[in-house]
Amino acid sequence: MLSRRIIPCLDVRDGRVVKGVRFRDHVDMGDIVELALRYRDQGADELVFYDIGASPEGRSVDYAWVERVARLIDIPFCVAGGIRDVGTARRVLHAGADKISVNSPALERPLLVSELADAFGVQCVVVGIDSVRELDGQWRVRTNTGDPEKTRALGVRTLDWIAEAQRLGAGEIVLNCMDSDGVRRGYDIAQLRQARDACHVPLVASGGAGGMEHFAEVFDQADVDGALAASVFHSGAIPIPGLKRFLRDRDIEVRDA
Amino acid sequence: MSAVPTGKVAVVDAGGANLGSVCYALERLGVRPRVVDDAAGLAGADRVILPGVGAAPEAMRRLRAQGLVEPLRQLKTPLLGICLGMQLLYERSAEGEVECLGLLPGVVRHLTPALGIRVPHMGWNQLRPLRRSPLLDGVGEGDSAYFVHSYAAPVTADTVAACDHGGLFTAVVQRGRHCGAQFHPERSAGTGARILRNFLEMDF
Repeated sequence: MLSRRIIPCLDVRDGRVVKGVRFRDHVDMGDIVELALRYRDQGADELVFYDIGASPEGRSVDYAWVERVARLIDIPFCVAGGIRDVGTARRVLHAGADKISVNSPALERPLLVSELADAFGVQCVVVGIDSVRELDGQWRVRTNTGDPEKTRALGVRTLDWIAEAQRLGAGEIVLNCMDSDGVRRGYDIAQLRQARDACHVPLVASGGAGGMEHFAEVFDQADVDGALAASVFHSGAIPIPGLKRFLRDRDIEVRDA
Repeated sequence: MSAVPTGKVAVVDAGGANLGSVCYALERLGVRPRVVDDAAGLAGADRVILPGVGAAPEAMRRLRAQGLVEPLRQLKTPLLGICLGMQLLYERSAEGEVECLGLLPGVVRHLTPALGIRVPHMGWNQLRPLRRSPLLDGVGEGDSAYFVHSYAAPVTADTVAACDHGGLFTAVVQRGRHCGAQFHPERSAGTGARILRNFLEMDF
């Protein structure tokens, strides 16, 4: 049986892992490779590296660290941030990333998703979505959420974009529920359940993890394939081996590392 | 058994994006592979690895353009196909209805989506050993490997380990010197490293 994936997300800036509060006041957390190996040893199933400066600054990721990670790590990893064309994606994948994740550039030019899927196969192409619940009760997407001053609301309904992204060739969807993000009160189960119904490719939940029970909830109630989190792993509040034991005790299939 | 010396492992550049990752995994095992893109490069190799990510028709077109189809069919050296590379060892793939290398009997087909069965099959799934093979030495019952694919080979007499995703398919295959892994050993932590090492060290 396919295991549910536990995915730490590492924010990268200038080749270092950083931690910020709402994308401001970044604190250096350490070397990318060291942290990647630590999570690998703890039993993380996959890693996401998010180049937080890339997209709002209109620049692309720096590839040197991608290759350093690829040489040393033996679990899959995805690179997000600043990938807006096939050429950039190719360099990131050839540096050793297993998947690339596109967010704002895909919303600005949806054909990018098709171009990436045609060039590399859908299995490499992750579409990340930042979603907010608006006053009318609908969830809608946001772009450039890495910089609050550049964040834009496009009026596109999240569920419509999930369907469109799959039609274009997304092999996986990561849904970041911004209303829950950083609040640590649990994943947005209501939104993720609707996303699940609209999603026939793997779906990864992001935003809101605060306790181990939140992971159990999102797997049980929203049937997501993976759960992504950052701060609870970085701070050590939730150790991955303990989390996996907790989930296994609740009959949720997770990988023994 | 002895380790294959440096330079004796040839990794075929079939255009897949995982070429680098496969080479790095070999380097972690202390082996420095050489990347080859033509038939001449296969000469003198003790092991040949055919990685692959992407679609079967493009991969076969590329192997043909490189003049590698017949040399791979005639190859006397132990050959390991990884992911799409393994699928190419079979007779045909339903992906683009393309003729493959025909080194293993069987036809590769699309996985069937169903309730709770998402395609692509992406993530860690358990290996179910079906018969003994040195490829699985040291791999425990229930060990997991990392899969990313939408097409799969059926379970046949050559299947060493199966995997279940809406039905059983071949995860590890061996028929004489022809071996394959549907998952990514280069991204399957200790289990993947062990299988790669087994392929390098086993007697054929």
